[in-house]
Amino acid sequence: MKIVVCIKQVPGTSQVEIDPETGVLKRDGAAAKINPYDLYALETAMRLKERCGGTVTAVTMGPPQAEAMMKEAYMMGVDQAYVFTDRTFAGADVLATSYTLAQGITSICDYDIIICGKQTTDGDTAQVGPAMAEYLGIPCAAWVGEIADVDDDAVTVGQDFVNVRQLAKMKLPCLITVEKDIYTPRLPSYRLKAATKDRKVEMITFADFKDQDVTHYGLKGSATSVERIFPPESHDGQIFMKGSAEQVAGELADIFAERKYI
Amino acid sequence: MATLNFNQDQCILCGQCVEKCPFGALEIKDNKIEINASCKMCKLCMKSCPVQAVSLVEDEVKKTVDKDAWKGVMVFVEQEESGIHPVAFELIGKARELAAKINHPVYAVLIGGEQAKEQAQSLLEYGVDKVYVYAHEALAHFRGDVYTNIMEDCIKTVKPTVVLVGATSLGRSLAPACATRFRTGLTADCTVLDMKENTDLVQIRPAFGGNIMAQIITTNTRPQFATVRYKVMNVAEKTAQNGEVVNCEVTDEMLKSGMEVISTEIVEKTKGIEEEDVLVVAGRGVKKQEDLAMLQELADALGGQLATTRPLVEKGWNDVTKQIGLSGRTVKPKLIITCGVSGAVQFAAGMDGAECIVAINTDAEAPIFKIANYCITEDLYSVVPVLTAAVRAKQQ
Repeated sequence: MKIVVCIKQVPGTSQVEIDPETGVLKRDGAAAKINPYDLYALETAMRLKERCGGTVTAVTMGPPQAEAMMKEAYMMGVDQAYVFTDRTFAGADVLATSYTLAQGITSICDYDIIICGKQTTDGDTAQVGPAMAEYLGIPCAAWVGEIADVDDDAVTVGQDFVNVRQLAKMKLPCLITVEKDIYTPRLPSYRLKAATKDRKVEMITFADFKDQDVTHYGLKGSATSVERIFPPESHDGQIFMKGSAEQVAGELADIFAERKYI
Repeated sequence: MATLNFNQDQCILCGQCVEKCPFGALEIKDNKIEINASCKMCKLCMKSCPVQAVSLVEDEVKKTVDKDAWKGVMVFVEQEESGIHPVAFELIGKARELAAKINHPVYAVLIGGEQAKEQAQSLLEYGVDKVYVYAHEALAHFRGDVYTNIMEDCIKTVKPTVVLVGATSLGRSLAPACATRFRTGLTADCTVLDMKENTDLVQIRPAFGGNIMAQIITTNTRPQFATVRYKVMNVAEKTAQNGEVVNCEVTDEMLKSGMEVISTEIVEKTKGIEEEDVLVVAGRGVKKQEDLAMLQELADALGGQLATTRPLVEKGWNDVTKQIGLSGRTVKPKLIITCGVSGAVQFAAGMDGAECIVAINTDAEAPIFKIANYCITEDLYSVVPVLTAAVRAKQQ
């Protein structure tokens, strides 16, 4: 089976502040790491390979330092890794990112299944998977919590909607986004680290893409743009309650009764 | 759209921009400033350059879509086993507000099995002008590709300027497929929506873990998609019924699919914390797992549920379905009492819409006090049992 996994490097923490007067973005330089949800995608890919044979190809769209993440992916058993990196891709929203990933994948390999994590911890939109599937013209199943069955031309997956567990059979090629806890992700292995230390991570740039129209990528290829950023509102109407625990409790009970909370 | 230009003649190579860039996108190479793919166009380099060597170069204005040709605010109405998902009524309320600002109609689109025709009637009481119903047994279960085909048909026919979708599991996978089908923009999890006179939808959502609010616009394309989570907007009020139900044809072409639903199973539905009016929240100030019982008693006395913060879920003290926060659930109860919760931004983002926030924390500097209405700097171990007793006494 030809398996492709899409992964992303995200900031270590989301500690960002904005100075309300100058509008300056202050971000602490915490190291980048692999999007935690993508670990489940990688594990799903490896398990599928173990079950059916085949290859696992990891791809990412990001700055050049994403190469480090791909080296880690090699340590988890990925066969080949590609980073789509170019200034042309920068500033992309979901539409442009999905297009870039779709273009990138079709320019490097055939695939039977594309696996994505359900969302990232920085963007948190959960949109790229379904958007990519749409560009590629393949069916998409999101929130996959289980791979129930695999055969030559289809995969049967369990989708976790909030109150419903749906079993769906997807024709290949298809795309799935996987839920946290679908499997327990494996750790990188020292043995694989040694075995893959010289294996290259392919860096693919805009020049390698079939579609050479820059307006389809990055900021220019985005349909949405950020007009402004501002700090969140602070709440007003604060009362610091004073007195003993009994007094405070009594006052609160009165307030709750008055407001019909109890 | 614009690009950043570094004027090499003016640049004195002081390196300030390189230092200030929060994304590490700049470096000095071959005696000039080079910018790489990490650039997010925040323009901090422009602001920090002491010799104004960094400028924004505007690109040619892209051909804009004819915004006047797109009219109406459309809501995707999700139906589930038990009826219409409640988020739809909140979106209809918002849709009416937005539409009123530009004098546009409000539409709903309902996709489902045969029962969808009946459900459509109930939407008219909420002031929807037209309900487009696509009812067919093959639509009883959600399949991404088929529902996207149906939405495409509806949107091409109606040409709404805005499409609102509830950010449920279904909505969050349907919306991006639809937006991509139309090569248009989608902003997920909007907390505030507004409408400009020129029909541009103002989409506001938290970013960077809620530390920042981002205001987003879909610049040159239509329709404008946005998803909104349940319990963020207010439910629409019932009003005079002036609308009509339009039964739409479902063709074989629309039903073409690469997916087949084999079975669906209802997973036990206990009332989620999002549906409670009263919540008691346990934070890290709770020292032992057994102490949760004390908070559970308060929750019981108030007729609500016990929820927790992320660290407690990670310790295994409670289930992730009871977790409040950015990576957990968003709740909007009438009353929320936080016990030993510091109130980190990620937590606050999941509950700051609550009507009344009572916070108990011995640390007077805890960030929770910035958003709480009633602040108690006493130890939760003294306050909670006494509060439970006081509440029970009041109820007699």
